[in-house]
Amino acid sequence: MITYTSTDHFVLLPGLLLALFGCAVLLLDFLFPKDVKGRGWLVGIALSGVGFASWQSWQQYLYLKAHSMTPLVAFNGALVLDGFALFFNGIVLASAALVMLISYRYLEDEKEHHTEYYALVLFAACGAFFLNGGLDMVTIFVGLELMAVSFYILVGFLRTDKRSNEAAMKYLLLGGFSTGFLIYGFSIFYGLTGSTNLAALATVIPARGANDPLLYLAIVTTLVGLLFKIGAAPFHMWAPDTYEGAPTTVTAFLAVASKTASFALLLRVMLVGLGTAREMWEPLLTGAAVLTLTIGNLAAISQSNVKRLLAYSSIGHAGYVLLGLIAGNQTGLIGVSIYLLTYAFSTIGAFLVLIALRRRGVAVETIEDLASLGKRYPYYALLMLLFLMSLAGLPPTAGFIGKYYIFLSLVESGKYGLAIVGALYVAVSLYYYFRLVRSMFLTESIEAQVLAPSNGVRLVLALTGIATIAMGILPEPFLRMAAISLGR
Amino acid sequence: MVNLIWLIPLIPLMGAAVLLTLGRMMPKAAIQLLAPGTILAAFLLSLGAVMESGGKSQEVILYEWLPKVDWGFLLDPLSSVMILIVTGIGFLIHVYAVGYMNHEGGYYRFFGYMNLFVFFMLTLVLANNYVLLFAGWEGVGLASYLLIGFYFSKKSAGDAAKKAFLFNRVGDAGFILGMFGVASLTHGSLAFRDLHGLTAGPVVTAAAALLFLGATGKSAQLPLFVWLPDAMEGPTPVSALIHAATMVTAGVYMVARSNAIYILAPEVSFAIAVTGALTAIVAASIALVQTDIKRVLAYSTVSQLGFMFMAAGVGAYWVAVFHLMTHAFFKSLLFLGAGSVIHSLNGEQDIRRMGGLRKEMPITFWTMAIASLSIAGVPLLAGFFSKDEILFFTFLSAKSVFAVGLVTAFLTAFYMSRMMFLTFLGEKRNHAHAHESPLVMTVPLMILAVGSVVSGWIGGPLERWLEPVLHTPHAPEEGGLKYLVMGFSVVAAGAGILLARYFYISRPELPAQARIAFGPFTKLADNKWYFDDLYDALFVHGLGMKGGALLGSFDRQFVDGGINGAGLITRFASHLSIWFDTWIVDGLVRLTGLVTKAAGYPVRMAQTGYVQSYAMWIIAAAAAALGLFWVR
Repeated sequence: MITYTSTDHFVLLPGLLLALFGCAVLLLDFLFPKDVKGRGWLVGIALSGVGFASWQSWQQYLYLKAHSMTPLVAFNGALVLDGFALFFNGIVLASAALVMLISYRYLEDEKEHHTEYYALVLFAACGAFFLNGGLDMVTIFVGLELMAVSFYILVGFLRTDKRSNEAAMKYLLLGGFSTGFLIYGFSIFYGLTGSTNLAALATVIPARGANDPLLYLAIVTTLVGLLFKIGAAPFHMWAPDTYEGAPTTVTAFLAVASKTASFALLLRVMLVGLGTAREMWEPLLTGAAVLTLTIGNLAAISQSNVKRLLAYSSIGHAGYVLLGLIAGNQTGLIGVSIYLLTYAFSTIGAFLVLIALRRRGVAVETIEDLASLGKRYPYYALLMLLFLMSLAGLPPTAGFIGKYYIFLSLVESGKYGLAIVGALYVAVSLYYYFRLVRSMFLTESIEAQVLAPSNGVRLVLALTGIATIAMGILPEPFLRMAAISLGR
Repeated sequence: MVNLIWLIPLIPLMGAAVLLTLGRMMPKAAIQLLAPGTILAAFLLSLGAVMESGGKSQEVILYEWLPKVDWGFLLDPLSSVMILIVTGIGFLIHVYAVGYMNHEGGYYRFFGYMNLFVFFMLTLVLANNYVLLFAGWEGVGLASYLLIGFYFSKKSAGDAAKKAFLFNRVGDAGFILGMFGVASLTHGSLAFRDLHGLTAGPVVTAAAALLFLGATGKSAQLPLFVWLPDAMEGPTPVSALIHAATMVTAGVYMVARSNAIYILAPEVSFAIAVTGALTAIVAASIALVQTDIKRVLAYSTVSQLGFMFMAAGVGAYWVAVFHLMTHAFFKSLLFLGAGSVIHSLNGEQDIRRMGGLRKEMPITFWTMAIASLSIAGVPLLAGFFSKDEILFFTFLSAKSVFAVGLVTAFLTAFYMSRMMFLTFLGEKRNHAHAHESPLVMTVPLMILAVGSVVSGWIGGPLERWLEPVLHTPHAPEEGGLKYLVMGFSVVAAGAGILLARYFYISRPELPAQARIAFGPFTKLADNKWYFDDLYDALFVHGLGMKGGALLGSFDRQFVDGGINGAGLITRFASHLSIWFDTWIVDGLVRLTGLVTKAAGYPVRMAQTGYVQSYAMWIIAAAAAALGLFWVR
């Protein structure tokens, strides 16, 4: 019998708030006549949804802290509230808020300003919450689809733009295809255990042994679905096309919220559900990580489109995060968390500079469009430099902290080969990030007027810039946040 | 005052922040005061802190940056020397730049980047651990890159910056790996104080080798040295500050700082000595035939850095630091002097189109003359003492390295004299109205000239000062050997200068008999362009030149008999180095490009844009993963 207790309610509430506010935005938009200009207040409502959810998440944190971080399980084990879920919820909330702040002017410039956009962002964030906190495969699956469907629409939000449509179509078809693999794997797990719960899975696996073909089949198919979501090779191919075609604000949101929540899910499935079957999945993940680093970094070298270049670099970043999971020790897991946190801010920042530099009619497309930015818009150029330094992992910026932990974890666990591969690709990545810097500071270009960015863009640029430098110079508070994700 | 050493890097950083954000609105006079002012403040603070510390090692830890890794600064004898060089010489160069950059655009940006560079350099040398050192290490690279590319209008400037960046990245991969190698030895602590008490082993050797790879990139050693001469595209004060006095010596500093690791890895140390020796002679031979005044100095810098690594390689770390210090004085002086010449000739950099400038530019001439005699190794000047120590210690432990060093010392004296003769003596070949530079530029030259003389006199005190932190080799007490080496070194220097004099100064009053008796010498002296013309032809058509053709021209000249032994050797050496540059280094660069392109190709092939093919790849990958089940 299913009961709905106050505990269940407490655990669910932030996600529920996001969904409710999403519905409210949709309804209010419908109730008021379409031709009224200025739907700014609806954006405000959507933002306040994120605000309430954040406040509620804070309450959850205080509760957990008061109870020495003991996980709180709700809905008969379908959903869990622990430090891990809270940490990744935090990243999702932050990215949702930042993306909403920058979207208003962007969508107006694209003449596609519809308030459904904000509802979809809220729904996607709600879906992400169930990936971060889901313990039951059915719950996880519903969350995953809620997030994915929201993103399919968001990617194709520029209805008159062919590339946006193409990107959405590709993402939808391949997303559906890979989800098929995932659900196939889940169904085999159900067959093996008689339960859809990840915790139940963990108790059955040791008895099956490492040479069970059925278990292996389930692991492989689940991994296909999960690696697709995080954009790891060889299931990454949707990413460049989708990132390039999607509205830039959505690209940023996709690269951050979708990727971090999918990583949270991957970690939860691998460490909670399949933690005892490490020898079965570790070689697979190692192969995927090396391939991801290789493809992401090598393909980025030859890109001339900035968004595509950042897409490949984001594939490369997935490889580093996977390395942290492969190392598997405390340092590695803190590394994964801190890496995703730093990556979130730097990525949003980098895409944001592109948004801020939109010229009348044309967005920043190729590397040449960035030319002589350092001369014309020194502040944007310096900010972009900061974000690129962070993405490249140069001290003293945020990205360095993440890479430091990942490398340290590899050295600690004796995986020197992977450390060498990772370090070499850091050197490669510096080359293509440098191409952008070179274009910004060393080349002349046509004088073109940039549209004045909105206050939202300025605010978010300042926030991400400060976060990127602060995490690099004073990482201690952020490391403590990452430690929360380990339940400490 | 020691507690305040964290302010030393911070002051230039604040200067950079103000200049880069508000500089556009600031009056020029304010920029001219602020930019050198921050460096002067840092210098005075450094001076105070060093005097107060009295040679004791003291750490100031601001906070724990990463677990077991502090954001901490270390003031010990070694970093004391470095901060005084960086801030002292950095200040003089800033003052000089006030005059030099007076007519350039983007004044505030230039000084903003300069201050930023000094901040990173001070962070590098004051860091108490490898991670913070790495932050400075990357930071100086970034700042130098921004400064090299400062002349947007120069077409080649961007390419030069690219080359600099690429070659440094190879070294950086080595540094990162070496750093984590150290981390695995010291259980995650990367502080320098924890390096003592390590025991030799494969990890120590690997870490030492990897760190040295990082040093070869930063300090422009074989095979990563080609970026430095091309980096000369930047403004001259940048070359003086970054590519002579400070950044390029970071590799030497790092090796000296890691001496506890290197004494445990004798194989690596020997490799360092050999690398340094080869770099020194290859670069010196190239410098013989350069016609661009800044490129002569650039190759000379590469060669002198080779000397420093020779010293570090044979375990004489304090000698490496000693030469680093004297070199900082005379080489930055040479660069600034060259800048003064270029400035007065409206941008002319070709020494073949200079000549006879001694009268017009007396201060520049005399100061540069002191610096060139110093680098050439003329007794009682700074370069003589430090180079002599290097030769002495290589003589003790590796005779082959010593021999290469001695030949290089001879070449050094030759090319420096050649540059001076062509620039300042002989007839005027440039009809621009040359004039002496303003005081703001010449006063720093004069101060540096004093340093180029007296900085060599403190070898003994410096050794004792550095002894607590650097492993000091045992040198024999009796002086006979030392005087023997000194004799060799003086002969080499004298021979180089005299030979250059024969080559480059026409002496019509010389008796006709001497002309006949020294036929080959005279011929070369008459044809003082001979080297340069030949080299120019080689340089311009260098890429098209085949190895066979090089050999052919070598033969012809040999049969011709118009060459004496010394000329032959130098010419052969420069041929060899050009050949090396053209075929090995450029070949490597091209190969790397080719490999990356080739590697990218399958990725692009797969990225067709068709959803069906993407789905096929997903299926194929899943099938392959399943297939692994039976393989594993």
